[in-house]
Amino acid sequence: MEMVKLTINGKEIEVPAGTTILKAAEQIGINIPRLCFLEELSSVGACRMCVVEVKGARALVASCAAAVAPGMEVQTHSPAVMEARTTILDLLVANHPLDCMTCDKMGACELAALCYEYGVKQSTFDGEKHSYPLETSNPFIIRDMNKCILCGRCVRACAEITGQDTIDFINRGFNTKIAPFFDEEYVESNCVYCGQCVSVCPTGALTESQMAGKGRRWEYTKVKTTCPFCGTGCNFDLCVKDDKLIGVTSNPDAPVNGRGLCIKGRFGWDFVNNENRLTTPLIKKDGKFVEASWDEALALIAKSLKEIKEKNGADSFAALSSARCTNEENYLVQKFTRAVMGTNNVDHCART
Amino acid sequence: MTNSINEITNDAQLMLLIGTNTTEAHPIIGYKMRQAKRNGAKLIVVDPRRIDLAEEADYWLRINSGTDIPFLNGLMHIIIKEGLHDKEFVRTRCDNFEALESTVKNYTPDYVSKLTGISEEDLYAVARLYAKTDRAMLFYTLGITEHICGTQNVMSCANLAMLTGHLGRPGTGVNPIRGQNNVQGACDMGALPNVYSGYQPVINTEIRQKFELAWGVSLPDKVGLMIPQMFDAANNGQVKAMYILGENPVLTDPNSNHIRKGLEKLEFLVVHELFLTETAEYADVILPAASFAETNGTFTSTERRVQRVRQAIEPVPGQANWQAIMAMSAELGYPMDYNDPEDVWMEMAFLSPSMAGITYERLEEKGIQWPCQSCDHPGTACLHAASFTRGKGLFQGIDHIPPHEVPNEEYPFLLNTGRILQHYNVTTPYSMAIQSMWSEEYSELNPEDACKLCVETGDQVKVSSRRGTITARVKVTDRVPPGMIWMSFHHATSPTNVITSEGLDPTTKTGEYKVAAVKLEKV
Repeated sequence: MEMVKLTINGKEIEVPAGTTILKAAEQIGINIPRLCFLEELSSVGACRMCVVEVKGARALVASCAAAVAPGMEVQTHSPAVMEARTTILDLLVANHPLDCMTCDKMGACELAALCYEYGVKQSTFDGEKHSYPLETSNPFIIRDMNKCILCGRCVRACAEITGQDTIDFINRGFNTKIAPFFDEEYVESNCVYCGQCVSVCPTGALTESQMAGKGRRWEYTKVKTTCPFCGTGCNFDLCVKDDKLIGVTSNPDAPVNGRGLCIKGRFGWDFVNNENRLTTPLIKKDGKFVEASWDEALALIAKSLKEIKEKNGADSFAALSSARCTNEENYLVQKFTRAVMGTNNVDHCART
Repeated sequence: MTNSINEITNDAQLMLLIGTNTTEAHPIIGYKMRQAKRNGAKLIVVDPRRIDLAEEADYWLRINSGTDIPFLNGLMHIIIKEGLHDKEFVRTRCDNFEALESTVKNYTPDYVSKLTGISEEDLYAVARLYAKTDRAMLFYTLGITEHICGTQNVMSCANLAMLTGHLGRPGTGVNPIRGQNNVQGACDMGALPNVYSGYQPVINTEIRQKFELAWGVSLPDKVGLMIPQMFDAANNGQVKAMYILGENPVLTDPNSNHIRKGLEKLEFLVVHELFLTETAEYADVILPAASFAETNGTFTSTERRVQRVRQAIEPVPGQANWQAIMAMSAELGYPMDYNDPEDVWMEMAFLSPSMAGITYERLEEKGIQWPCQSCDHPGTACLHAASFTRGKGLFQGIDHIPPHEVPNEEYPFLLNTGRILQHYNVTTPYSMAIQSMWSEEYSELNPEDACKLCVETGDQVKVSSRRGTITARVKVTDRVPPGMIWMSFHHATSPTNVITSEGLDPTTKTGEYKVAAVKLEKV
């Protein structure tokens, strides 16, 4: 592999040819800010937040798209760079609602984090502002296009992860907007509600409907787990607040799916909170279910199963285990059936 | 799967999909297929329906339902005739080539084309493309297995992959994509009537003795009943008591009236469930279950990857399922002594050589794909690299087996069933968000047939088979060919499995969900 030597902030570093300046800087612990760049997506160099100063270059260079070159001398936080970034943020904020106190993205908003870092409180420009209506017509994704900074991550996620191509840039100049065909709402489009767009959005433009108003991002505990739907084995984070499940978010470190999820994995979790969940054992008396304690229910099960086994033999019992349940639960069901009930009549829905 | 999911985007040059609507049933895998295709891999889709991936495919072969064996034999006929098979792989890695050769000899392109509805030209093109591509992955789902000849369909897929040497290397393989989050794991754990965990046969004395010693009891030496046999036995009074954990066979099993009758006849039924399901209605005792978010444990995915499930909230019913099963066992005089699910895993791993090297600690980052026999074994991304489980791969000469039931004058339509993107079997109807948009069945019907029946999208039809009648709304679309109605099975208001076939694969007892004969009437 061809290696390239360069210096970043005076530090010499050697990286494989083709590495971007941004990735090279990361290797020596220098974090260059970015809004449109995301590891899993193609680089477009659109937002210009990642600009750096390269000695001898005509202008500042977008480090997410520019590859290293031999002998390159890079400054990632020079005065010219800092000024450019501050101006970019100033311009972005000029047309971005500053309702951060009630914004559901607060705490995970990358724009807010950068404004904090660069000391941008409000815009010095006083220009026109968008007033797009809030889109809440589907039960999964809230679209607030007033908060969109046109980084295009959602467009690339839709095209490059899901391959659905539902959204793209429309119109020109100030009126540029990201939308499905004919500027329709998601419900009218070919959207499959995988929510990849939500998972990459750096601002409050795209948020999860189910999580709206349920808590601030820093209040959640995130628990990495495996999806309970199909057999792909996607991983994601369960978001929990006060022992209540409030949502699912992507975990970019997931070995199989990365950030990608589908409608079921990302938005189908709310069956857990369904008010019809059974919470207590039920015993059928005179054809009707009545609530019972665990002790009562277990005693009745033990008594009945013992009687039936004694009267009709072990093979008069059968157990149906579950492809929905964990390995450990399945192991226990087959052990119970074999060791306790004395029969191999145990199966699950692999065949049905 | 013999191979791994990420090989789709990393290694494969060609994907051959038979009977898998991947973007809907396994969306993330389907999305990866789409990425691979757009990055230059070839895509061949064999499906009676014009599924989403058919739109992107290099070849979409609209196969007649239930003709997978002749199709696969037809490809092998061409491959052998043109000398495109991997002779070295066949000679060194496989047995019984002559049997295959003499069977597929009869499956001439002309004959196969007539049976399958696929043009001779496409048969030649696809056979050549698959055989000549170095790294080709074959995928299938229930479109292959849910037939009375499911076992033979699978063997035919294996025949084709062996014949062309598409096994044992990254970007190749025979890759069934498993439908449920832990259907692989439930099998691996021995929730099957013939094997303990790690596929160790119950009829093997030495193995049985190992488990008897570990569990401190004597164990039955006779293979138990498979699900359809259980319900037959319940119907004829041999099985009198059942425990059902997290399953709703009334909605999900074929010919559900037979299931209902069996459940009714039981003297005692325990159902351990999240909800008061159609099956739970028959219970004498219902135990409330904890969901995946309320327990620690592991799931094993379709690529044999064991991954952690982590408890996020307290169990809604107060007890996790492993605790409830332990309590039930103790009440019956056999106390189990586990502090947590990790203890259960360690016992299982100790008793199961193929998973002996997997510990919770090792699963922390990325999980591990079994086989993994020891703690320094990295796991296995690709099976059969050097040899097959039996040593050499065994070719089988397999002839066409038509479906159990085919359309006739009285029942002129072919009923095909499956899953839609937005729903997952019978759990997602409990998601308020999903249910708010997709609460009803919309069965797919070809415009030609819709015209004859005078129905439009949204109209109700009565769908009857020899086993029952249900009603459903239709969606008029040329995704399905004329003569077919395609239904999902997610909605209790249109319980499709009332009318599905009673035909079973005699080996696996899997129902023929993909072919039944029905008639349609406008409501």
